[in-house]
Amino acid sequence: MHRFLGGLAVVLLALGLWTGLGWAPRDAVQGNVQRIMYVHVPAILTGYVAIGLVLVASVAYLWTRRSAWDRVAAASGELAVCFVGLTLATGSIWGKPTWGTWWTWDARLTSTALLFVIYLGYLLLRSVVEDPDRAATYAAVLGIIGALDVPIIHFSVEWWRTLHQPATVLKPQAPSMDPVMLRALLVNVAAFLAAFAYLAARRYRLLALRAEALARLVGSP
Amino acid sequence: MSSFLRTAVAVFWKDLAVERRAKEGANALAFFAILLLFLFYFALGPDSDRIRAALPGLFWLAFILAGVLGLGRAFALERENDCLDGLILAPADKGAIYLGKLAGTTALMLAMEVVFITATGIFYNLDIWTAVPRLLLVAFAGTVGFAAVGTLFAAMTAQLRAREVLLPVLLLPLAVPVLLAAVKLTDLALAGEGWGPAWPWWQLLLGFDVVFLVAGLLTFEFVLEA
Amino acid sequence: MIQAEGLTKLYGAHVALRGVTLEVPAGQVLTVLGHNGSGKTTLVRVLATLARPTAGRGQIGGHDLVEGRDQVRRLVAVVGHSTYLYDDLTPRENLAFAEALSGRRADRRRIDAALTRVGLDGHAGTRVRALSSGLRRRVALARAMLREPRVLLLDEAFSGLDQDSTKRLEDYLHAFKAGGGAAVVVTHSLGRALAIADLVAVLAGGRIAAQAARASLTEEALQQLYLGVTDGTA
Repeated sequence: MHRFLGGLAVVLLALGLWTGLGWAPRDAVQGNVQRIMYVHVPAILTGYVAIGLVLVASVAYLWTRRSAWDRVAAASGELAVCFVGLTLATGSIWGKPTWGTWWTWDARLTSTALLFVIYLGYLLLRSVVEDPDRAATYAAVLGIIGALDVPIIHFSVEWWRTLHQPATVLKPQAPSMDPVMLRALLVNVAAFLAAFAYLAARRYRLLALRAEALARLVGSP
Repeated sequence: MSSFLRTAVAVFWKDLAVERRAKEGANALAFFAILLLFLFYFALGPDSDRIRAALPGLFWLAFILAGVLGLGRAFALERENDCLDGLILAPADKGAIYLGKLAGTTALMLAMEVVFITATGIFYNLDIWTAVPRLLLVAFAGTVGFAAVGTLFAAMTAQLRAREVLLPVLLLPLAVPVLLAAVKLTDLALAGEGWGPAWPWWQLLLGFDVVFLVAGLLTFEFVLEA
Repeated sequence: MIQAEGLTKLYGAHVALRGVTLEVPAGQVLTVLGHNGSGKTTLVRVLATLARPTAGRGQIGGHDLVEGRDQVRRLVAVVGHSTYLYDDLTPRENLAFAEALSGRRADRRRIDAALTRVGLDGHAGTRVRALSSGLRRRVALARAMLREPRVLLLDEAFSGLDQDSTKRLEDYLHAFKAGGGAAVVVTHSLGRALAIADLVAVLAGGRIAAQAARASLTEEALQQLYLGVTDGTA
């Protein structure tokens, strides 16, 4: 299963690289710079999937108290930070040539940065609590509260920007996308999701093995 | 009175009684707020237009900084003599305990906010008095939202070693919507604007309050009994 | 009244309890002897529902320690080195708060009666902060009495008590036993806690190393049991 997921991710990522850099046409306005979208958009979508999975696993953990759910949440939480971080990095790199600056208080960039900080805090909380049961419970509560806050943060930041200075925000994507570009994007989204699934599964396995080893250590007299 | 309400009121009353007796806590908080007032003045300079423009942000920066301290105190109190264990051992609804702690923190923060608003009017020589009723309304709604998330995380971090740093690090990014909405509403209240432009922000703020009050009521038990 | 089977508690890689099995019928007192770090406090915390067992199960009054913890909490009172008192409230206020937390209306007369019983009538209105540590322990005892528990869990409740307080605690325990209550008393010292025991167990390394009825043991046999077991693991 792992091998299959890993293989699928590699194939799709290679295909995505080719569709994004070669097959898809150059953007009429932004030129080749726009191709960073094929990393940027899949990264944030995968980040949202990871955050959603943290929420589901957190609720399931509090409900069932099975440590398997905690491992799902832990693995997804780490990947959420990775993919949201990747979004921030690519957004910043994209911003430099298009907006002329590495950082702007654009609504999406700002709310993405907040997500990054919240889930970084999530990992921090996990690492700080020594008792694993307690760490799992605290993390689950933060996983739920954080996910509930995601839409609220999104709206509040959006309004905060638009109600201040309406419509000065640059919209990188054209409202309707070229069909070839869209297909290239979809390939990359699939590739990122496959990569996420593979990494999450490996991480889960590692955490499970560690728990098993610990149990064996403790079980021996 | 149902036992849920009796528990919540008992916790609230107990927190107020302790704050009233151990005056150093509440007094230090008010003193801290006034100190911030001076610091802001030094940071911004004597230009009263500039201060007036920054005022909504200053209010909420002060409220939130003092709020983090207040939350830490509310649970430092429960750590003495392992009172937190005493709360867990009580055959009471843990949601009621949450509500009581939340009400206690909200009351303490509101008292500090009244002091701060009054001191601002006096020391910065600003005519904000007509806006005070609306300011208090905003302060109340914003404080409830902040304390709803804050009580949950203060209970969590109270049982950890790195609590002083961890509480703000976890709480502040989550509370950004409260900050944005409350600053905007404070701005509108100070400008004496009508309710029209304020309405979407009220929805946002009250929505935040409701979502996290419910979430807090449901998850506090897990935090306490972890 | 109190039953436990295979209670195990891990804190990460640290094993605090390892398969503890015990039973205390109504009207009896089990004294658990053990050195620091032997798992005594963890045992009390698990029985009191303050800590969730990693494995194994236990019941108090027929209610499971995990699923039925709210019912268990109605039956149990804990007295130990933590007093659970608010220093800035008076003993009377502390007890009234505890009553409200139990969902009961605070009855001034019952509270004052409990305070009188532990000899605190003169201090009912003094802040706990101003009381000596012995008096604070008595306030905690009064709070436990007020709950009218069926099960008492005592964690080093005798250590550091003055003579008068020790006497009151013993009197209360005798009355409690006579009333059909069951108690677990954990301690590291072969002292007062043994005088009242019906059952004795020795805890070492999180395990019950020995268990016997008090009546079947002479004082010397008991000492040897305790010292022998603890020397072996220390």
